[in-house]
Amino acid sequence: MEEVLIDLHVRKKIHTNNGIEVLDIHLRIPQYDLVTLFGKSGVGKTTLLRIIAGLTQPDSGYIKVGDEIWYDSTQAINVKPQQRNIGFVFQDYALFPNMTVKEQLLYASSQKETWYISELLDVFHLKGLCNRKPEKLSGGQQQRLAVARALARKPQILLLDEPLSALDTETRYMLQHEILQAHKNFQATTLLVSHDIDEVYKLSDFVYVIGNGKIKKQGKPGDVFDSTKIKTDIQLVGVILYIENNILTVSVNNTITKIIFPIEEIENLKINDKILITAKATHPVIRKLTNEELL
Amino acid sequence: MNEAFFQTFWISIKLASLTTIILFCAGIPIAYFLTYSSFRLKVILQAFVSMPLVLPPSVLGFYLLLAFSPNYWFGNFFNQYLGIRLAFSFPGILIGSIIFNLPFMVNSIQTGFSNLPVSLKDASYTLGKSRLTTIFRVLLPNIKPALLTGVCLTFAHTIGEFGVILMIGGNIPGKTRVASLAVYDEVQALNFDMANKYAIFLFLFSFVVLVFIYSVNREYLKWKRF
Repeated sequence: MEEVLIDLHVRKKIHTNNGIEVLDIHLRIPQYDLVTLFGKSGVGKTTLLRIIAGLTQPDSGYIKVGDEIWYDSTQAINVKPQQRNIGFVFQDYALFPNMTVKEQLLYASSQKETWYISELLDVFHLKGLCNRKPEKLSGGQQQRLAVARALARKPQILLLDEPLSALDTETRYMLQHEILQAHKNFQATTLLVSHDIDEVYKLSDFVYVIGNGKIKKQGKPGDVFDSTKIKTDIQLVGVILYIENNILTVSVNNTITKIIFPIEEIENLKINDKILITAKATHPVIRKLTNEELL
Repeated sequence: MNEAFFQTFWISIKLASLTTIILFCAGIPIAYFLTYSSFRLKVILQAFVSMPLVLPPSVLGFYLLLAFSPNYWFGNFFNQYLGIRLAFSFPGILIGSIIFNLPFMVNSIQTGFSNLPVSLKDASYTLGKSRLTTIFRVLLPNIKPALLTGVCLTFAHTIGEFGVILMIGGNIPGKTRVASLAVYDEVQALNFDMANKYAIFLFLFSFVVLVFIYSVNREYLKWKRF
């Protein structure tokens, strides 16, 4: 068993779509792991990250990190966010509009070690963009800068709040890979908030599923997303564009596909209907995408 | 005559500059508190700050005049410990104009702060930066147009102030007579030529200040909309 780095049990009243709910969460996170908090939006995932960062105060409970106590309601301990050795990547990135890429990293790094900053610039492909301000960066570049800036302080814990939700699919895949790389290189225990099952599966060592203010499930992604989520079928959602005799023209993932169907089953379908297409996943034809196709 | 003209404008500009400098320093912490504090009673402070916008200047002037009188503790304090007589003096109209211009400075800065995403402040905190560092390195540099608006509005508004200064300053040439009062005075004396000189100066000045504010803010908005 690896050493537990973060041990927390907090309670906090939060406003959700269903009215006021009590968030009551107990987490134990091993050092150097990449752990995901998974759940629908509004269940308190972000609140939990903010509580760990010290930006939001829980109603009661404790947060222990290593030998330090960051919060304990019984002893009235509440360490300021500045004194918690964390890196936080906000959903909107929270880049400072007045600073260039390099200035943001210098601002964030406490020792002003230039070699470390140039390593960060390298790893996150920001070297050529050093003197640009955030407004001159693409979404993916902004996201990389946000992660690099969070790592500039050499945090013990990296907190990522839906870091990839604002990006298009391709950029997202690329950055998922980079986050994994950065996690390995910089060895920060990482806590990622996500509602994208794909992302959780790809990135995390361990996942906590949060719902109704509680941890509903926890475990390795493969164990947590059981048969209801992981199937031996491939399922696609498509929209019907045309119906011609027994041929359906369907748009699936921005690709137009023609599907041949027994005519009596088509009868109750009409144009613009959303349909679920299921195919068996045994022995499908697979090939690796070429680089051109990925771009 | 010329000397009196420049002297009057000099008092106007001295008053406006001092008011602006003092309010700039005081306005930032007040606006910060009004934006970020979760203190329940801050609405009362907010109301006090905005009072001069709705209060007739004569009402404000009347109460200030009372407060300045050595018969009350405020005026007495200044008179006895600092040797300053507030009623009908330059320090008096300075205090009056600071209070009267409070909303122009504070509301501008406050709008700037509240238009910034809260996550900027949070991000700076999670990077280990203190509140002061965050204010000076992150928040203030990103609300420059709001600061500029506050400064220009306060300066221009002080130049154009009339009611309060008339009540508490007493229109003493060379001491408390400012340009806006001089227009009134010259009209009363049927010196329309002179009144016109003052008036046209004030008119052009106000116009230039507003054009300046709007053009700077427009540039900034263009720059922001990337």
